[in-house]
Amino acid sequence: MNMRIKRQKKKMGSFWAKYAMISPISLWMYLLVAIPFLYIIAISFMNKGTYGGVTVGFTIHNYLDILNPLYITTFAKSIGISLAVTVICLLIAYPFAYFVAQKKVVQKKVLMAMVMIPFCVSMIIRIFSWTNILRAEGVINHVLMAVGLIKEPLKLVYNQTGAMIGLVYMLLPFMILPLYSSIEKLDPMLLEAASDLGARPLKSFLQITLPLTKAGIFAGSVMVFIPSMGLYFITDLMGGSKTLVIGNLIKNQFITARNWPLGAAMSVILMLITFGMLKGYQAAGGSMDDLSGI
Amino acid sequence: MEKKQKAKHGVQNLVIGLVFIFLYIPIFVVILFSFNTSEMNIVFEGFTLQWYGSFFKNRTLMESLQNTLIIAAVSTIVSVVIGTLGAVGMSRYEFKGRKLVDMLLYVPIVIPEIVLGVAMLSIFSILNMPMGLLTMTLAHITFCIPFVVISVRASLAGMDKSLEEASMDLGASHVKTFLTVTLPLIMPGVISGATLSLSLSIDDVIISFFVSGPGSTTLPLKILEMVKHGVSPEVNALSTIITLIIIVAISLNTQSQIRKLRRNEEGKTA
Repeated sequence: MNMRIKRQKKKMGSFWAKYAMISPISLWMYLLVAIPFLYIIAISFMNKGTYGGVTVGFTIHNYLDILNPLYITTFAKSIGISLAVTVICLLIAYPFAYFVAQKKVVQKKVLMAMVMIPFCVSMIIRIFSWTNILRAEGVINHVLMAVGLIKEPLKLVYNQTGAMIGLVYMLLPFMILPLYSSIEKLDPMLLEAASDLGARPLKSFLQITLPLTKAGIFAGSVMVFIPSMGLYFITDLMGGSKTLVIGNLIKNQFITARNWPLGAAMSVILMLITFGMLKGYQAAGGSMDDLSGI
Repeated sequence: MEKKQKAKHGVQNLVIGLVFIFLYIPIFVVILFSFNTSEMNIVFEGFTLQWYGSFFKNRTLMESLQNTLIIAAVSTIVSVVIGTLGAVGMSRYEFKGRKLVDMLLYVPIVIPEIVLGVAMLSIFSILNMPMGLLTMTLAHITFCIPFVVISVRASLAGMDKSLEEASMDLGASHVKTFLTVTLPLIMPGVISGATLSLSLSIDDVIISFFVSGPGSTTLPLKILEMVKHGVSPEVNALSTIITLIIIVAISLNTQSQIRKLRRNEEGKTA
């Protein structure tokens, strides 16, 4: 009898424990993630209000507006910039991660901790600091002119070059982290075996190292490519007025032009590009947990 | 052979060194200019400490620092509580909509921040909520929860479930078991989730830009606003202080990890 009451009590406790744990997170995710996103999709089919905001109705003209050559070229250019930034990050991060992984255990820990430190300094401050370094009278041009390598200062900022430097700088650690963890897992015996069997370093790199670190390459590329389309403040501060990413277009529609439905339609396109990439990433065997950067 | 080995090491160190120069150059310049007598961040004219003193007298900067810290503290605490309970609950119980919640958790992580920013702006304005500390905190909690869940999950994966069962069998209640058995075991994940939330919240620009209002400006937003007219050296001074605190914290953490590694290695050889 006693046992049964006890068990009953436990069961009730279990019921409460279950809902105390899962309700807050479920409610929060439904109310502050699912509903806002659904609402953005809804707005993208509505009409623009006279003083900003929206008026209820159904239209697809916001999507037709995006077909305007002006927006289409900016979308295409933005995707081009993101692709280039992803490739540059990969080319810098791969050898770096590979060489760090060759170091001794303690050195590895220290070097990877050093990759994390700049992360913690305000992004805006670091980007602003880059504009100081790169501008006509900045450190780099100063040194190059003093040495006599150039006569005129190089145009390194307030143009596409500047925006790309800023984006590569900001996103490089997101490429380094997943690459490093996949390279670090590589068994050095495999490479030794390959070289014992007469494979040249290039061949064993292409046939062993590269395929085995594929997961890191994919995760890093997704973690660089997707955010780079939205980082509008980097193009704002380093790209001058002509270099724009999709994020700039969306921000302009919501803040300056106050055409929310058009901005929402652009956001929906950006979401579709993101989901398309993620589907491709998952189809290639990528894991979502690798994308959190933890 | 030895020469070749040396050359190889030289190339390796050169690549590593160049990447670190790239990563650290802007931080080095900030620190340098924080001691500069000139107000313009162009040439170094002379050494001074005046900006360190005047930062604390700059009312608008201090106000934005205060907002930053309030929002970061509240959103870290709330997201750690909700995220930790959620991660444990979702690993333990089957329920309707679990897959959907799981999917929604990944949305703030993978979607470009700006989309979450405009989505929050739209939903807050249809609810007629004035943009301010409350909307900022709600938005920050939303993007922090998923990171807490993922780091707690990593700890849960390595946890021995039989310990919880033993505690329940011995008559401890659910709450007691959670507080005295589960929580201590997943503490490393909770702490890393909290650290992550804190740093994400303190440095957020994009989402905050859309949901902030008068009186809720945070430091990154204030600096972004100032950048257009030239950053005052006081900001350099503040950044230097924050950087030094972070470097000390990370190096202490790395040192303790290294000590652990060394102990393990010694244990193996002994």
